[in-house]
Amino acid sequence: MIAAFRIPGAGRLRQAETASFSFDGHSYAGVEGDTLASALLANGVHLIGRSFKYHRPRGFLSAGAEEPNALVEIKRDSARKTPNVRATVQELYDGLAAQSQNRWPSLSFDVSALGDIASPLLSAGFYYKTFMWPKSAWKNFYEPKIRAAAGLGVAPDQADPDHYSARFAHCDVLVLGGGAAGIAAALAAAETGVRVILVDEQAEFGGSLHFESGAKIDRQDGFAWAQSAVAKLKTMDNVRVLSRTTAFGYYAQNFVGLVERVSDHLQNPGRDLPRERLWQVRAKRVVLATGAIERHMVFADNDRPGIMLASAARTYLNHYGVTVGRNVGVYTANDSAYAAAIDLKKAGVGVAAIVDLRDNPTGPVIEEARALGIEVNFGRAVIRAGGKLRVSSMTVQPKNGGGERTIPVDAILMSAGWTPSVHLFSQSRGKVAFNDETKRFVPGAYAQDCVSVGACNGTDGLSATIDEAYAAGAKAAKDVGANAKGNKPKVDASENWSRGMLGAAPGAGADTTVKAFVDFQNDVTAKDIRQAVHEGMRSIEHVKRFTTNGMATDQGKTSNMHGLAIAAETLGKPIPQVGLTTFRAPYTPVTFGSIVGHARGPLFDPTRKTAIHPWAERQGAVFEDVGQWKRAWYFPKAGEDMHAAVDRECVTVRKTAGLFDASTLGKIEVVGPDAAKFMELLYTNPWEKLEPGRCRYGIMLREDGFIYDDGVVGRLAPDRFHVTTTTGGAPRVMNHMEDYLQTEFPHLNVWLTSITEQWAVIAVQGPKSRDIIAPLVEGIDMSDEALPHMSVREGRICGVPTRLFRMSFTGERGFEVNVPADYGQAVWEALWAEGQKHGACAYGTEAMHVLRAEKGYIIVGQDTDGTVTPNDAGLDWAVGKKKTDFVGIRGMVRPDLVANGRKQLVGLKTKDPKVVLEEGAQIVGDSKQAIPMTMIGHVTSSYWSENCGRSIALALVAGGRDRMGETLYVPMPNATIEVEVTGMVFFDEKGERLNG
Amino acid sequence: MLLIRCPYCEEERPELEFRNAGEAHIARSANMAGESDDDFEKFFFIRSNPKGIIYERWRHMHGCARFFNAVRDTVSDRFLLTYKAGEPKPAKLPGASK
Repeated sequence: MIAAFRIPGAGRLRQAETASFSFDGHSYAGVEGDTLASALLANGVHLIGRSFKYHRPRGFLSAGAEEPNALVEIKRDSARKTPNVRATVQELYDGLAAQSQNRWPSLSFDVSALGDIASPLLSAGFYYKTFMWPKSAWKNFYEPKIRAAAGLGVAPDQADPDHYSARFAHCDVLVLGGGAAGIAAALAAAETGVRVILVDEQAEFGGSLHFESGAKIDRQDGFAWAQSAVAKLKTMDNVRVLSRTTAFGYYAQNFVGLVERVSDHLQNPGRDLPRERLWQVRAKRVVLATGAIERHMVFADNDRPGIMLASAARTYLNHYGVTVGRNVGVYTANDSAYAAAIDLKKAGVGVAAIVDLRDNPTGPVIEEARALGIEVNFGRAVIRAGGKLRVSSMTVQPKNGGGERTIPVDAILMSAGWTPSVHLFSQSRGKVAFNDETKRFVPGAYAQDCVSVGACNGTDGLSATIDEAYAAGAKAAKDVGANAKGNKPKVDASENWSRGMLGAAPGAGADTTVKAFVDFQNDVTAKDIRQAVHEGMRSIEHVKRFTTNGMATDQGKTSNMHGLAIAAETLGKPIPQVGLTTFRAPYTPVTFGSIVGHARGPLFDPTRKTAIHPWAERQGAVFEDVGQWKRAWYFPKAGEDMHAAVDRECVTVRKTAGLFDASTLGKIEVVGPDAAKFMELLYTNPWEKLEPGRCRYGIMLREDGFIYDDGVVGRLAPDRFHVTTTTGGAPRVMNHMEDYLQTEFPHLNVWLTSITEQWAVIAVQGPKSRDIIAPLVEGIDMSDEALPHMSVREGRICGVPTRLFRMSFTGERGFEVNVPADYGQAVWEALWAEGQKHGACAYGTEAMHVLRAEKGYIIVGQDTDGTVTPNDAGLDWAVGKKKTDFVGIRGMVRPDLVANGRKQLVGLKTKDPKVVLEEGAQIVGDSKQAIPMTMIGHVTSSYWSENCGRSIALALVAGGRDRMGETLYVPMPNATIEVEVTGMVFFDEKGERLNG
Repeated sequence: MLLIRCPYCEEERPELEFRNAGEAHIARSANMAGESDDDFEKFFFIRSNPKGIIYERWRHMHGCARFFNAVRDTVSDRFLLTYKAGEPKPAKLPGASK
């Protein structure tokens, strides 16, 4: 069986119906090579969607990527639902299921179409004006209602199960567009041997040769020539040919983004195939052969299903073998629509009349149309279309007024002329120039190494196009050092098109109120554009935003020039003075999937795990994310919640000992004859006199005098420092050091090496820490005399090398055992076994935080925020008073940084010891003051301390150190909390336990 | 994505490998502690932010890791020249727009 509107023998598809598909639940048959659009049209279906704002019934306008109306949802399964697919682009496969969008309850009866009747309320800029009263109703009523009624498809509600791949590519000549021009340019370049990539968005190459029945190249039908030329290109090793691939963005230095649709056209895409592939191509030369897009005529009710571009009707006939009607009318202002009428007539389709706005056009197509017996009317306009769900008639009137005549038709083919596709050229930052004679914007000044050829360059006629394109391809190859010696394709026959018109046609002029659509997808009429100008919009950018003309997903491919011309006419200015809106990427919508590629789920960001991570996992540790690191947060025993686990860990460390994985700590080795001098410049502390084998707590400032990082630094040798940084700060500290070493202090003989991942670090803290470590250590005297607090030795532990630090971030006697990361877990397990003999525990980052807060040790980035000086943090003792230079030395003493009343770090004790403050809570001096209160500081750290038997907190408070003992207030939503200002040390104020 | 020539690697590499590091040719005083408030303000806070030619520091972060200087046209986003850290501001620029 053959579908009702498929014409036997017409088109290039094998007409055996092999695919069945559904649209809104109805089943239809299609043939191999169909698009969803051509298959529906073959079955006589024109009504495909409802419009965005007025819910007007809509049909197919085009046969390609510029389609504004025919947006559908394609559903493969519950997770694979793609909204807003252009039916004119979607290739048919057996079993395809499509749904119409933006209608309720059904496509042919849509309740919201009442919006069409209420449309005077919905004209341009309506949301700025109409729904202003009462004010609160906008947010709660109008906006949700309008948003529900307006719109396109519905986003899928499940994660995308498909995968997407990405590739980088480099080439000498990248040809964008695979019509006659692109193929000719690619041939010329490819024959020289340079690397060529040829790209086209359609399934088959040929561009407008899909419909141009009058084209003959190298003694073949134009489309057949295109296929054989591309087949030849595919055999060449230096050429890559990509079909179903859209060049969506043209970026700096000939960097072009392509999306290849790999499997959307397949019935059962295998799991090994990505859905789409993103190509990022860097080309030495780019040839733009992006063609031109036909414009519609702007007349009353020009959006009725069955009214479409003349070239679309030709494509459906000449390529797909489908007629879009039985009795078609043609409305045109240029020659190309005549060819549609002629092709249809020759295929046996009735052509009711051609209505031509021009007064006395002449030429071969006009003669041919007449010779075929088609009625041709000059100097007349179609002033209105009849019908609702399908066009039923066109009403014709002399363009200067006069008697009306209504002609019954079931389709209207229209052409107002052709708009060069300068999108990618414009994206390349090239400047378009307006040709007043042909009324088109064409490429003007170039900004990159590219060239436009053919219709996108305003070149008319196939011969001229191929000459220009072939020469451009050869020149591009020559520019990169290759010489052409091929055979230029010879054009034996071609079609010639004249120019057309811009703006509203007679009958839709300024004196009318008809709905003559300029932008179909956003429901913008000629009247809306005029209204925008009348309401004060002068620039096309303002008109665009006020009316939303050209702002839909089709980016105004068919509407921009009409909108511009109407605005210019209304303003009484020439078109170039009103300006063209900027073209931006993407050329057509691009899926998030193709941009994201494989960078999702676990591949979105690297996960860093320490050598001891598997052990912590086995122990049932709960982890927290610290930057890219997974850190053990706490180690709950059976029945323990976080609170209980942390309390137990904190108490055990102070009672016996605890093991803590500190491997994530940033570590940098500073080595060289000038290492000490370098340290003097990068840290506030003095380093020259630090004995090898000793450690010091160092503070790093930025040049502005604020604390940037901190950490314990061990001097291993006169020329070697083992520097530790905060976990999160490691990369930026390394960058900061490299910056100064390379650019400000290049005279210093120093090398910097990141050793964060080379050393696993096991902190053993608590009164029993030495007893746990000592049995495993060789070659290091562990006595307090030989290894006092803040010292470092190199030796062996468990038979492997170690850098053993005696240091403490808990206030207890403590050690940090550095071992090569590969031995980290084995040494940890050995220490754990020793620790078990003494009742030690493993503790996580939460207990680490509590223990350090009990001692008033700060965490840079938590208790400081980039506006805290060493003095603010109570760390003046760490700033070398005799030093003449270090980074931050000058910034630190700027007037505002030494002024009275700065926020200083202090301790806070709540009056009720059971109340734990919230970190970030604001602090006020007087809780009775009027709102808004004057806030004098905020809580930076706050915990329950089981060791202290109460809550503890650190806070930045204005003039804090002068407020010791003062009562302050922390207002919270439910209550105001009274606090007392205290010192920062809550436990073992004298520090005796460091040697305990 | 821009292509940037690293003067140490002597190769054009994609922007992904680099990181901008602010304006170039702002020398840190040899007598930092003795700088006046005004001079420190000029040194630390004031940047030129021109429309046109800018001299700036870049680091070949994911390459040789060296800091270098570059001349870029902020209008066209083109790199006119790159040169090693410590080299003087170039007297002549190739193909600079006005």
